[in-house]
Amino acid sequence: MNFKILREEKLAENIHLMEVEAPLVAKAAKAGQFVVLRIDERGERIPLTIADKDPGKGTIEIIFQEAGASTKLLANMKTGDSILNLLGPLGNPAHIENVGIVIVIGGGVGIAEIYPAIKAYKSAGNKVITIIGARCRELLISEKKIKEATDELYITTDDGSCGRKGFVSDILKEMVEGGQQINLVYAVGPVPMMEAVSNITKPAKIKTIVSLNTLMLDATGMCGVCRVTVGGEIKFACVDGPEFDAHLVDFAELKTRLATYKEKEKKALEHVCRLSGS
Amino acid sequence: MVDKIERHSIPDRSAHERIKDFEEVALGFNLEDAIEEAKRCIQCKNPKCVGGCPVEIDIPGFIRLIAAGDIEGAIKKIKEKNSLPAICGRVCPQEDQCEKVCILNIKGKSVAIGALERFAADYTSPLSSPSANSFPSPSKMERGAERKRGGVRIAVVGSGPAGLTCAGDMAKMGYNVTIFESLHLPGGVLSYGIPEFRLPKSIVKLEVEYVQSLGVDVITDVLIGKTLTIDDLFKDGYKAVFIGSGAGLPSQLGIPGENYQGVYFANEFLFRVNMMKAYKFPEYLTPVLIGKKVAVFGAGNVAMDAARCALRLGAEKVSIIYRRSRTEMPARAEEIIRAEEEGIEFVLLVAPTEIISDDKGRVKQVELLKMELGEPDASGRRRPVPVPGSEFKINVDMVVVAIGNSPNPLVPKETPELKTEKWGGVIVTKEQATSIPGVYAGGDIVRGSATVISAMGDGKAAAKTIKLFLN
Repeated sequence: MNFKILREEKLAENIHLMEVEAPLVAKAAKAGQFVVLRIDERGERIPLTIADKDPGKGTIEIIFQEAGASTKLLANMKTGDSILNLLGPLGNPAHIENVGIVIVIGGGVGIAEIYPAIKAYKSAGNKVITIIGARCRELLISEKKIKEATDELYITTDDGSCGRKGFVSDILKEMVEGGQQINLVYAVGPVPMMEAVSNITKPAKIKTIVSLNTLMLDATGMCGVCRVTVGGEIKFACVDGPEFDAHLVDFAELKTRLATYKEKEKKALEHVCRLSGS
Repeated sequence: MVDKIERHSIPDRSAHERIKDFEEVALGFNLEDAIEEAKRCIQCKNPKCVGGCPVEIDIPGFIRLIAAGDIEGAIKKIKEKNSLPAICGRVCPQEDQCEKVCILNIKGKSVAIGALERFAADYTSPLSSPSANSFPSPSKMERGAERKRGGVRIAVVGSGPAGLTCAGDMAKMGYNVTIFESLHLPGGVLSYGIPEFRLPKSIVKLEVEYVQSLGVDVITDVLIGKTLTIDDLFKDGYKAVFIGSGAGLPSQLGIPGENYQGVYFANEFLFRVNMMKAYKFPEYLTPVLIGKKVAVFGAGNVAMDAARCALRLGAEKVSIIYRRSRTEMPARAEEIIRAEEEGIEFVLLVAPTEIISDDKGRVKQVELLKMELGEPDASGRRRPVPVPGSEFKINVDMVVVAIGNSPNPLVPKETPELKTEKWGGVIVTKEQATSIPGVYAGGDIVRGSATVISAMGDGKAAAKTIKLFLN
């Protein structure tokens, strides 16, 4: 099958948005789900969260950061090009109910992934307070879209070039310490960010959901690469997740597993750069 | 006369040669040897071999044609019952099926049925002789297309051995069949699981194309249960659904350390190597770790495949570690022998108790415990009993856990009306019917981990049942 890129947009340095024709996926997708795609015959199968969908038009949006060989190759693709394989929607949809006040937190490219969740929590009747953070103003994405969807928005940057200087977890910590009523926290971003969020809400006994970006291969409940220890048990992110109770996740193990191919990824990136002459 | 001709065995490439690459190990018969071997068949009036074949191939019939030098006729005879002969000729455990009940096996010298099946398929294959046009001949393609336009629509979930067989048989009966495959290539375990050196992917591709030439549509990148549900398929006009969604999540050892870096479950390791061609990294972008000292836990065909892949990727030492003795090893005898010839070490009567890592979370050792054999267990094999205090450690930098898997959880999970066993297998009648009217299932989704040919037998049985159901 072929999946045509209908629109591409550079959201920030190294962060790209693509609107891709995938009518069946667009129709079935729910907040929190992802796709696995393969660019060409020699490509990897890479998981990406569905950032938005338009079932009428038959398209989904993916947002990704150039991090390794495959995302670099994907970034090189243009409107009108086709992705060779795309499978989805995968994983369980976000478990959305009306709990009261929900804090939704997105870090880095994870900001892209929280938009469907914000919309879903809102339409379930929750008050949604959103905290987004990036290294600097230039890397802060989707601000406008999120501002329109959420009740309140807080922004942090590591260097203070936009919003508060610091981390998303700093704002959360202040809210928790300041006695802000919080019924649920939903966080997506780099593992250290999700871990920091979890460390704040755990002692305060605030239920916290994280969406994990583990390694994936078939992503259909077969290979087992996406395993993660949750509450002392092995769970598989592709069929049991990707959302888990943050307080039960073994983040240290997750970090180790995500680093498995660090050396190989460098080699692949060098190979791709050599081929494309960049 | 029969006794005068010895059973011909097919030659293997030398172990020394073959461990350097992923090319096929077993070479197959030439025409002369095949005809001579075929002449050994005594053409029993009441052939036991056919009963030993889950897909009921007319074995004496195709062997008679080979003996007469009519190889085209032989492959046609096989394809009346089996759409995947080049695959079955390579990976079926004939020694436990047709060849086991062959009358000549009384003297331990059954006809080499599997090798002859493989020969018939390869000899007539476009791969070996571009002039041979056993398929897809234009006339067949057209016939398929005609059938499709008129036929009742059948959906098949998964394009592994069960799905391909069910689809092929239903197409031959005149139905309009669409296979939905979640992965980017068809073939299921034939593509992601069994390595190139045992089953070349060009052969899988060709046999899938043969099924397509019968009029079957194969749509990849659709995960039934997620992209579309079983319900969607019926709403879309399909009159029956066959679920052959195959293997699922790996069985765990249940010991500390299973999630360290460098610990693979076999399905992941084999998927990287076979499906994603990680042995060609970085030309192919999917990486795989190259262990120097590799421990493989388990002793089935999957364990042998994983061990032999690790060796070909460049491991210095690969050990199969198994808690019972050689007699109980579930792998095919010839694969055990080939693994041994290639230098795989067998460490028997030991079980792992812990996987140990370095300070970065990478596997560096496994702790093992010696076993001795006790009374037979439910499987009939003698149960391994731990020898207290016999723990010892070996240094490894990669581990592959190959102790089986459960049926794929996805379709049952997204189809609550579909009844399953506690361990996840879809419950079927002996005619392969599930708890949902019009929905049938077979292969690993029903059996857990089984063989290619048993999955094919299920697919064939299901096709017959579906026909009855629709009439």
